[in-house]
Amino acid sequence: MDPITLSRWQFGLTTVYHFLFVPLTLGLSWFVAYFQTRYYQTQDESFHKMAKFWGKLFLINFAIGVVTGIVQEFQFGMNWSEYSRFVGDIFGAPLAIEALMAFFLESTFLGIWIFGEGKVPEKVHLAAIWLAAIGSNLSALWILLANGWMQHPVGFVINEVTGRAELVDFFALVMNPKGWLFFWHTIAAGLTTASFLILGVSAYHIIRKQNVDLFKHSFQAATIVGLIASTLVFFGGHTNGQYMFETQPMKFSAIEAHWETSQPADFSLLTIGDLSGKREVWSIRVPAVLSFLACNNFECEVRGVNDIQKEYEATYGPGDYVPLMVVTYWTFRFMMSVGFLMMLLSFLFLLALRGKYENAKWMKWVPWVIVLPYIANMSGWILTEMGRQPWIVQGLLKVQDAVSPNLTTVDLLISLIGYVVVYGALAGAMVYLMRKYAIAGPDAAMHESVDVAPARVGADD
Amino acid sequence: MSYEFLQILWFILIAVLWIGFHFLEGFDFGVGMLLPFLGKKDEERRAIINTVGSVWDGNEVWLLTAGGATFAAFPHWYATMFSGFYLALFLLLIGLILRGIAFEYRSKDSSPKWRNTFDWMIAIGSFLSALLLGAAFANLARGVPINQDMMFTGNLFTLLNPYGLLGGVTTVSIFLLHGANFLGLKLEGELRERVNGFAKKLWIAATVLYIILGVFTYIAGFWQHGIVNPGFVPFAAVVVLLATGYFINNKMEGWAFIMTALNIVLTQVTFFTMTFPNVMISSTNPAYSLTIYNASSSQYTLTVMSIVALIFVPIVLVYQGWTYYMFRKRISTDKKSLVY
Repeated sequence: MDPITLSRWQFGLTTVYHFLFVPLTLGLSWFVAYFQTRYYQTQDESFHKMAKFWGKLFLINFAIGVVTGIVQEFQFGMNWSEYSRFVGDIFGAPLAIEALMAFFLESTFLGIWIFGEGKVPEKVHLAAIWLAAIGSNLSALWILLANGWMQHPVGFVINEVTGRAELVDFFALVMNPKGWLFFWHTIAAGLTTASFLILGVSAYHIIRKQNVDLFKHSFQAATIVGLIASTLVFFGGHTNGQYMFETQPMKFSAIEAHWETSQPADFSLLTIGDLSGKREVWSIRVPAVLSFLACNNFECEVRGVNDIQKEYEATYGPGDYVPLMVVTYWTFRFMMSVGFLMMLLSFLFLLALRGKYENAKWMKWVPWVIVLPYIANMSGWILTEMGRQPWIVQGLLKVQDAVSPNLTTVDLLISLIGYVVVYGALAGAMVYLMRKYAIAGPDAAMHESVDVAPARVGADD
Repeated sequence: MSYEFLQILWFILIAVLWIGFHFLEGFDFGVGMLLPFLGKKDEERRAIINTVGSVWDGNEVWLLTAGGATFAAFPHWYATMFSGFYLALFLLLIGLILRGIAFEYRSKDSSPKWRNTFDWMIAIGSFLSALLLGAAFANLARGVPINQDMMFTGNLFTLLNPYGLLGGVTTVSIFLLHGANFLGLKLEGELRERVNGFAKKLWIAATVLYIILGVFTYIAGFWQHGIVNPGFVPFAAVVVLLATGYFINNKMEGWAFIMTALNIVLTQVTFFTMTFPNVMISSTNPAYSLTIYNASSSQYTLTVMSIVALIFVPIVLVYQGWTYYMFRKRISTDKKSLVY
């Protein structure tokens, strides 16, 4: 395999892996801050327990997000040096600001929150978790503004002499609608992820009659937040899709397996392609719905992949400008259906809250909902990033021209295998600990110097 | 502000970030490497970890900020260095991942085997990180093969030259000593005594290696790569290192820590002075070297980033400094007061 293919795989794997942990960090931090605040206000020990318990799960998850995040910052230069040269003027700025504004805040105050209880004034301890939550979410904003620029470059000129992109309008970069739409979508997805984790873990304890009052409170909070957040994810995604229709028409049509320009355009319920993933064999379609998705009316024209390909060839020269459609098409459908399912489930939970849901038979299935947001999160990012292929920066630079020219296949095999092994081991340790602490319940999280013996874990199984 | 002024300003700012990183993460690398050797019992190990528990992550952000600032201000420097040092940086990342995870996970299971494994991961991760950072900086001082297209033309073995390795080992020894001095400040009772014994031995090793590195740098003429003569700075670095020995022997831990901190700062100042205005020296042909002039971002980006830095760097310094003040107390191995 050549270095470009390996670099793509490495970036894809490490990024998706990193993003397995990020949404939970983003969302759960607010829940921990909420319970900590309620504890501060009421001095009610049950809120204290909730803050500590969800905080413990938050920290186990957070640690992996941090260490895999360092890889992210380094690998632009390591694997994509030509990209870094081309966009450093622009892309480097939000990255540096992210570190300066968000990472310092997050890491410093999380340290105070973990180690400061009883050592720093209670008010400071409370402020620390809020600042850590703000820091985490701010870092999402800056990295998404950076990514938004790759999808929809704004505020730049190409320097004729050096051939590099140069920043001319910082505020255009900061106000890029693409970045803000991603931010909205991602923050809401983070809250959804945290809500569904809380729903699942709470249900586990409620059906076993352990700390029922505590977990009912968590369950209720997560239901409400989950419903609001998953609805916001939907509207964010929809708005994002319409903006994509304007700015990245190829991605939009590739997601829908929409080959030929039509007015109005059909929505594909199911399309089967051939093995290349680039030709349609058979499909079922709903008339005019795609037009509605694209521009909120049933009549507008949606250009097909074939026309856009021709147009791009005329503009950018010969080449294949169609993303791998089997991936864009299916990841979108996974994301959408799971997203709707989460909205529906949180709505049903909301209805159930009025009754005696703690005794309901269906509660034993609720722990499985934890996996749902992960499917949606992963599909969403794979869709976003693979949908922009072959571009690394839409319309300006292709992935194949962005790779570090000095890297050999051996270099990449070493690093790729190394990451897979280390990341695999980390995931094993993380899942083990998450499960252990989730099952052990709040009392174990309260007494930290007393060890959580593995035997305790098995007892509840 | 003129373009050249901004380029020099950002060279200095990035130097400051690296200085901050080496000074801060230097001691927590040292603490990490000493952990399995210094701590015999579980409470002792936990106490040692807790000396840096609340701050190591914040210290590491200095590295991320240095990386991000280099990307923003000198994209060619970032691109050439990070792609050129590919496997070395990969190993550095693995080191940082191992120790970072181990700090958080080692106490989350009570099995002695689990804890011991993660303690060694902290030590090995810290060692690997310190060694590779030192080797990388030594190679930056020495010069690496770079062609006319700013492309690194060597491989991992190019970096494993005697000077690079000496730089790596010396950095490990200085960080060990710096970590021991920090622990001397933060621990109490028997552990404090024990770490003093470690510091005495480490001081001898670090001083010997440091002087060899200095002499090597002088004889090889690496200090003449830039346009500025580092002058008395490297000699001051040696003097404070010698003074460290005096303070360790007299159990004046605060002064000993300040001395190793100064040594690290002065070493970094020497490094950045003797390379200026180069940021990556080409051993292939000096004309191919990356400098602050040919590697930098546009004037506009540098201006924007200067404003951002002017606002946020002081804020960060205040709250990070304040954290150290909040957690200034010594840490005992008493189980009741120990945060796990």
